[in-house]
Amino acid sequence: MSVVEQKPASTDSVIDRTNLEASGLAYRFTWQRLRESFIQMLLFLCALLSVLTTLAIIFVLVSEAIFGIPPEKAFFQEISLSQFFLETRWAPQYSPPVFGIWPLICGTFLITIIAAIIGLPTGLLAAVYLAEYASPRVRSIAKPILELLAGVPTVVYGYFGLRIVTPYVIRPILKPAEFFGVEWLWSIPVDGFNALSGGIVVGLMIIPTVCSLSEDVLRAVPRTLREAGYALGSTKFDVCVRVVIPSALSGIIAAFLLAISRAVGETMAVTIAAGQKPTLTLNPLSQIETMTAYVVNVMSGDTPVGTIEYKSLYAVALVLFLTTLTMNLISQLVLARYREVYQ
Amino acid sequence: MNPQTSAPTSAEPPQMPLESTNVGTKLIEESFDSELARRHRYGMIFEWVCWLATWGSVVILGVLIATMAWQAMGWLTPKFLVSMPRRNPADAGILPGIVGTFWLILLTAILSVPLGVGAAIYLEEYSKPTLLTKFIQLNIANLAGVPSIVYGILGFTAFVRMFGLTKSEYLINLGIGSLQLTLPFGRTVISGALTLALLSLPVVIIASQEALRSVPPSLRHASLALGATKWQTIWHQVLPSALPGMMTGVILAMSRAIGETAPLVAIGAATYITFTPGRLNSVSEAFTRPDKLAQVPFDSFTTIPMQIYGWINEAKPEFQHVAAAAILVLLVILLISNGLAIFIRQHFQKKVRW
Repeated sequence: MSVVEQKPASTDSVIDRTNLEASGLAYRFTWQRLRESFIQMLLFLCALLSVLTTLAIIFVLVSEAIFGIPPEKAFFQEISLSQFFLETRWAPQYSPPVFGIWPLICGTFLITIIAAIIGLPTGLLAAVYLAEYASPRVRSIAKPILELLAGVPTVVYGYFGLRIVTPYVIRPILKPAEFFGVEWLWSIPVDGFNALSGGIVVGLMIIPTVCSLSEDVLRAVPRTLREAGYALGSTKFDVCVRVVIPSALSGIIAAFLLAISRAVGETMAVTIAAGQKPTLTLNPLSQIETMTAYVVNVMSGDTPVGTIEYKSLYAVALVLFLTTLTMNLISQLVLARYREVYQ
Repeated sequence: MNPQTSAPTSAEPPQMPLESTNVGTKLIEESFDSELARRHRYGMIFEWVCWLATWGSVVILGVLIATMAWQAMGWLTPKFLVSMPRRNPADAGILPGIVGTFWLILLTAILSVPLGVGAAIYLEEYSKPTLLTKFIQLNIANLAGVPSIVYGILGFTAFVRMFGLTKSEYLINLGIGSLQLTLPFGRTVISGALTLALLSLPVVIIASQEALRSVPPSLRHASLALGATKWQTIWHQVLPSALPGMMTGVILAMSRAIGETAPLVAIGAATYITFTPGRLNSVSEAFTRPDKLAQVPFDSFTTIPMQIYGWINEAKPEFQHVAAAAILVLLVILLISNGLAIFIRQHFQKKVRW
């Protein structure tokens, strides 16, 4: 009897209620069923928590940056949008303070570009190697090691950039005179904190992201496409570069976007290695400040709650959140479409 | 997807008919190219470059660890592990960081694992493919990509300050001594744990979902056919089979949380502190002094990455070596937890064959 009763419980939406009542299999109350639906409700609430988190993030950022809860005034109710987007200085310490977001955006952009130049090709090539060339044994060794690279905390990358990359890699190359004692070589000034070292370590950091995502999309390209390429007389190189990568292109772009959004949101490594001085420059050898570094800078100081400098934090975080959210969303949608095509 | 290419003869992926045919014609042109040797040479170079990209990254990881060890040489002593931080670099220690990290991650796991696994069970086992489910799924994927510093701001506003709504401190008597509970939470372990729990929730959910997805449906069908309810099926059949995969995912998520610094900086965790949360002076006190134990979540704290960050910012150059020593401790902890995760994955997934 109980076996028969299970049927409506699992597929109740499909079965016609009136027929059920006639046959005596209609829904009847049991404690078991109450427990089941209670558990389902509880689990649903767990899933809903993620939506609540997003709403909470948006509420917190918007309430301090755009619409203040009276009597509090939000950042953009005190600072005009035109100043925020047209002014080229970020100087909260001035009186009156000047908030022009461009130096911070510029710093973030510089870090992201350097990281992309280093991380994206390396990650993609590593993915091609793992997906197309490596034997299963080699892959089973190389993949976990690459995942470890992603597991290294960002503060460690920051230390690596500040204490190893700048003094032992960038300085000797750009200022060989100082390092090797040769006078006639070139000498380019490098700041102790510089965007280049920050960009390099962030680039290293995103290699595993690019690699594992791209490898997944390369593997999803059907074998038939590769075989068609070989049948037409292509070499393995031709198949890789002209068949597999173009077919996986949208997935690879999604992986790139996700990695770039990670570089934009990267915080500790750039705070430590690239400095905390907002500068409107595209010189990778000078000290800069990214949006994330500004947030850290203000929050680790003792900025009183309610001041305009404190509120500027939320405005910067809002710009940061919207940037990464847009890139993540596009990337998710492209990936979802890509999976539909090949599955 | 595209009406013109829906003909069954087209073997190309329907998504990009133009590119694919271009590739095809180009390949045909190339096949008449007699310079096969040149193409093979390109192929060799390409394979070599790909090889270099992979193993170069591995070498960089090695270089990173080796330079840290080089910087920390002579500074990583047993005394370093059991001392409090001091103004004098030679006497500095990492004990409050180790203990703080332990409590913080313990609380984070207690908070995030049940919620994350619950959400994963709902999404994989119960939810129907409605618009709401799709939205939740997309939302989780996006939350996983939100910068950790944004979570830090959320944690600071919602837990440390509680939106500035309450300003009083409550003293609650538990009968085992007075437990000092402050509202808002302030810069305490519980604020940090709540923040990190929100941060690691999407990672836990995604990993648990993958583990649940790898359990074959036949197992569920067999259980349901024998008269088990849905929850009985999940609790007694699906969850035990998915457990190794889930544990791997959870351990990886927690080891990421161990290394998180930015959200803790944002909520204002201390970098320099000379006591452990709850003022526990020894391991045995955790069992003999329940009043101190109860105070742990509501006390200030520091973690290993926070101490590293503090030392990096110190002016004295000796502190850079102290920071490197702490980095080495952190890397060893992470290596152990990552190794554990990989071991569980390898060990248990071989045993279960479907």
